[in-house]
Amino acid sequence: MAAIILISVGVLFNIFGCLGLIRLPDVYNRLQAATKCVTLGCCSILLGVLVHFGIGGAGFRALVAIPILFFTATVAAHALVRGAYHFGAKLDKRSVKDDYREEVK
Amino acid sequence: MRYLGIFILSMIFWLLVTFRFTLPNIAAGVVASAITAAIFGRYYFHNVGKFLQPRRWFWFTVYLVSFIWACIKANFDVAYRVLHPAMPIKPGIVKVKTTLKSDFARTLLANSITMTPGTITVDIIGDEMYIHWIFIRSEDPALYTRMITGRFEEYIKKFAE
Repeated sequence: MAAIILISVGVLFNIFGCLGLIRLPDVYNRLQAATKCVTLGCCSILLGVLVHFGIGGAGFRALVAIPILFFTATVAAHALVRGAYHFGAKLDKRSVKDDYREEVK
Repeated sequence: MRYLGIFILSMIFWLLVTFRFTLPNIAAGVVASAITAAIFGRYYFHNVGKFLQPRRWFWFTVYLVSFIWACIKANFDVAYRVLHPAMPIKPGIVKVKTTLKSDFARTLLANSITMTPGTITVDIIGDEMYIHWIFIRSEDPALYTRMITGRFEEYIKKFAE
């Protein structure tokens, strides 16, 4: 039962993340949705797998995957955001501040 | 000494991932860890003695708990912004000064900021971090520095510096 709840919550948050990818205006905001919702959604699914299989075998591997997912997701997000900025992706017109522009020039 | 540190870490990691305690498996783990330590050993762990101080482990636990709490909050924050019909966003890139000195501590801080509500680290140049913020709540540098780095900076300073 707990496994089903955890996996459902994870899938739900992954859907929110995908909705964010479509609805939000620019690269930077979309990556926000992609990193946060999708990472924790996947963590929730992995925890569900752990509860389902119990300690040992597949369950334990799911637990080990969580910290790896966290580190890779954050590093990938940073690399994508930085790459997008240097490539010249514009910030949305609703943006109110850009301190990074002077530094890059 | 630092080669030994990374060897032990990769060995633990191998055992956790494979989770089979037979002799051939352990032997393969030893070989793989030795290769890893030989290649990457000189990049990490400039001071292995730090691992043996219980005070640092205590602050690491405190940090971990507050980090997980921030992650969960971040999720609901993004979900709220995505589902709200009017999409309450006010994005921008702000500059934040950090007092952390070591590379490891800065990496951890940047990662924590990426996982906290509404912020994502773009770059670190010198002492300054550039952070994309989905909803800028304040225009005052001192105030938003405290909002973004928050408690993480002091926790990380206590266990990683």
